[in-house]
Amino acid sequence: MSNFFNKSDLTRQDADKLVSETLNNCDDGELYLEESKSESILLDDNKIKSSNYSSDLGFGFRAISNEVVAYSYSNEISKDSLKNSSENLKSTLKSIKGTYNHEIPKSNKKFYKDINPIEQKTLNSKLEVLNKVNEFLRKKDASVKQVTASFAGEQKSIEIIRSGGESLTDVRPLIRFNVSVMLEKNGRKETGVYGIGGRQSYDDYLKNDNWKNVCEEAYRIASVNLESKPAPAGEMKVVLGPGWPAILIHEAIGHGLEGDFNRKKTSAFHDLMGEKVASEGVTIVDDGTIDNRRGSLTIDDEGTPTERTVLIENGILKNFMQDRHNARLMNTKSTGSGRRENYRHIVLPRMRNTMMLSGNQTQDEMIKFVDKGIFAVSFGGGQVDITSGKFVFNCTEAYEINNGKIGSPIKGATLIGDGPSILKEVSMVGNDMMLDPGIGTCGKAGQGVPVGVAQPSILIDKMTVGGTKL
Amino acid sequence: MVKDQEFLKSKASYCLDLAKKMGATDASVTVGHSISETVNFRNKSLEASDRSDGLALSIETYLGKRRSSISSSNLLYENIKTLIEKCFETTKITPEDEFNSLPEKDLLAKQISSLNLYDETRFENDKKIKYLKDLEEAASSNKQIINTESSFTENKSNFILANSYGFCDGYKTSSFTTSCVTVAKDENSMERDYEFSSKRHLSDIKQASDLGNKAAKQTIRKLSPNKIGSEKISIIFDKRISKGMLSVFASAISASAIARGTSFLKGKIDQQVFANSINVIDKPDIIKGMGSQNFDSEGVNSNTIQLVENGILKNYLVDTYNGKKLNLKSNGRSGGTTNLYFENGNITYEDLLKKNSKSLYITETIGHGSNLVTGDYSVGATGFLVEDGEFKYPVNEITIAGNFKDMFKNITLANDLEFEYSVNSPTMMIEGMTVAGK
Repeated sequence: MSNFFNKSDLTRQDADKLVSETLNNCDDGELYLEESKSESILLDDNKIKSSNYSSDLGFGFRAISNEVVAYSYSNEISKDSLKNSSENLKSTLKSIKGTYNHEIPKSNKKFYKDINPIEQKTLNSKLEVLNKVNEFLRKKDASVKQVTASFAGEQKSIEIIRSGGESLTDVRPLIRFNVSVMLEKNGRKETGVYGIGGRQSYDDYLKNDNWKNVCEEAYRIASVNLESKPAPAGEMKVVLGPGWPAILIHEAIGHGLEGDFNRKKTSAFHDLMGEKVASEGVTIVDDGTIDNRRGSLTIDDEGTPTERTVLIENGILKNFMQDRHNARLMNTKSTGSGRRENYRHIVLPRMRNTMMLSGNQTQDEMIKFVDKGIFAVSFGGGQVDITSGKFVFNCTEAYEINNGKIGSPIKGATLIGDGPSILKEVSMVGNDMMLDPGIGTCGKAGQGVPVGVAQPSILIDKMTVGGTKL
Repeated sequence: MVKDQEFLKSKASYCLDLAKKMGATDASVTVGHSISETVNFRNKSLEASDRSDGLALSIETYLGKRRSSISSSNLLYENIKTLIEKCFETTKITPEDEFNSLPEKDLLAKQISSLNLYDETRFENDKKIKYLKDLEEAASSNKQIINTESSFTENKSNFILANSYGFCDGYKTSSFTTSCVTVAKDENSMERDYEFSSKRHLSDIKQASDLGNKAAKQTIRKLSPNKIGSEKISIIFDKRISKGMLSVFASAISASAIARGTSFLKGKIDQQVFANSINVIDKPDIIKGMGSQNFDSEGVNSNTIQLVENGILKNYLVDTYNGKKLNLKSNGRSGGTTNLYFENGNITYEDLLKKNSKSLYITETIGHGSNLVTGDYSVGATGFLVEDGEFKYPVNEITIAGNFKDMFKNITLANDLEFEYSVNSPTMMIEGMTVAGK
């Protein structure tokens, strides 16, 4: 655990005093201290292209009065700097007459260990794995033209000091291992990408030569795409595979169920609480409590222990995801969803691990049911316009379905749909729920945070596929 | 106040001296300081204010052809020392790469001319509040607007780039950015749109009421959209989307993508890649330009480059490392383009709308559907159906798709170029793309 006060002229007593003084009469707020250490090592084009280490230290001071949030950050932890921030907050809020909410739930549960993954594996052994990846893939066959492999590791220590001196802390490890391969055959080039990660040490993910499986998967995706035909254009049935394709849920439904957009009534879901928004059999939860997952958090960035929040239960909209600020203004409780990218940013309600739970059908049954459509196995990124509800995502591995049979692979195409109605088009829910491999980063208001997704195979009766073949 | 040149220089030379002392054969350091203040408004009242004050340091150390880097926001001497030690230890065990080196000495910028990129005017938060109030008053005076959100950010930055060849320079920049997002509602739909303005100098920022009104009008006209059928149709890209085509083009001609072989434009120098009426220019010395610079992120002097001449690709964007791989000299584009633009076409905006009896006018795209390896393009889109030069009705929940190799050759540009951002394009028409809808 970082001690934020031992190298500074600022003592904990000074900080406590200034926090309490500044937040007196505010409705909420805190001092957030953060120290992060991160590394990234990249092999590209047969060489170790870069090896970067970075350390970051700073604080963010937040004061909330009614609907107004004042925020000030600095990467200098000192008496003067904190005082400046305090003055800045006071000058923004001017007349304040709130009552500070001291209540914050407690939990002893932890969902990952206090480790520093960077220190747990030597640089030499990381370089060795990257070189093995390069060699392994390039030996496969002559079509392999480019290999990129990378390690990214981080340890982030945070401390939250609330008015009255209460302090909450967390140490968060996070790693990611990624492989990308480009193949060229008969003048065509295609790329395949695969990665794994989470909140454990590198070796927890790489044991038993697991890096080979990552290579094989990236190579397989690229090989499939070398044979791909132009994708169809128009409305049709879509079968989604289990696991990572749940970013559809994340984009189509998840963002629209974040508290801020609903308080501001800019989400297409804001007046649908308690209503049927999905087919029967569809249950979606957002869970921050799964051990060692990329999107899991012991406490959120306001200090609230995370939880498993039921968003949609058997088709009915049950809950939004809340941070303390939006929860207070909407007369409800934080769901432990208050997150920020780092001390430079304000807290927003965000997703953690967003999951659609299993039903009882098989993927085979779904494919057999489709006369003409596509089977989407993996996706790149997605995006949503939460106001109109329209969302997109890009297939990176997909196949046509003709008369109940899987046919040729198709080129990467964008799928577009309407968030509030898409889940009503779900006509079958599979029994094969799977978590994604631990690679997701969600962007909102310029802030990226690690997230997870999960789902079983599902059949969507109608979606627009953005190919070129009419 | 943003830290002055002297402060940053002293930190930079401390780093260089220390790296040398430890045995680094070469080193390069960037030290920067940035202060920004943002005020956020929602529905005509203050929602948030945000002040940030951040120092940043990044160092690269070389041991012959070995290289590694570190970055940090903690500029205490004790911390810098620990980090440089760590960086140099890492450098020692990082494998050699024959292309690693500082830029050639004679390419480094020598004379720094003033591009007027810094406006020291302080726009106090109270003035920002007044501006946003006016802006939102104007936006919400339009019936059907049910929500307004806006923000004003003032930023002042300073930096020093120094390397062991003796290069040591930097300069202050400022920016003032205001944006407005409005939501409109009718009995059929709820829609959102936006408008923004970003300038080096405060006096060049658009009038608050103009910005608010424009955002509101752009939002209201999107209400009650239809979905259209799937077909091949000529597509007109509004300026705010057409400039995105240039950004894709810039990524595809970066020396790194070319050297790695992962660009659909690899090996296309001196070949026709655009329609023969198209010229693309990257100009770093525009006075007050949002993308203007005296030198690139390695200190290399940057001059104006014609990237495309009469449709023919003339230059890549070259940095030192990838340039060596390709046997090309750096052209000062480490860090990418500066002020990038398409030259005007020779048809008016009105005539472009009328060019076909039916076309689709795109005002927004969503998704990350650009594949630089294959050139395939497929994104979600919203816009308007245009018939005989008239906007008929709004369209959404459709996708547009094609391949950049074909799309670039079928571009027609209007003559309405304006220098608003760091990437600028006239309104653009591309024929032969596929729309997927119903």
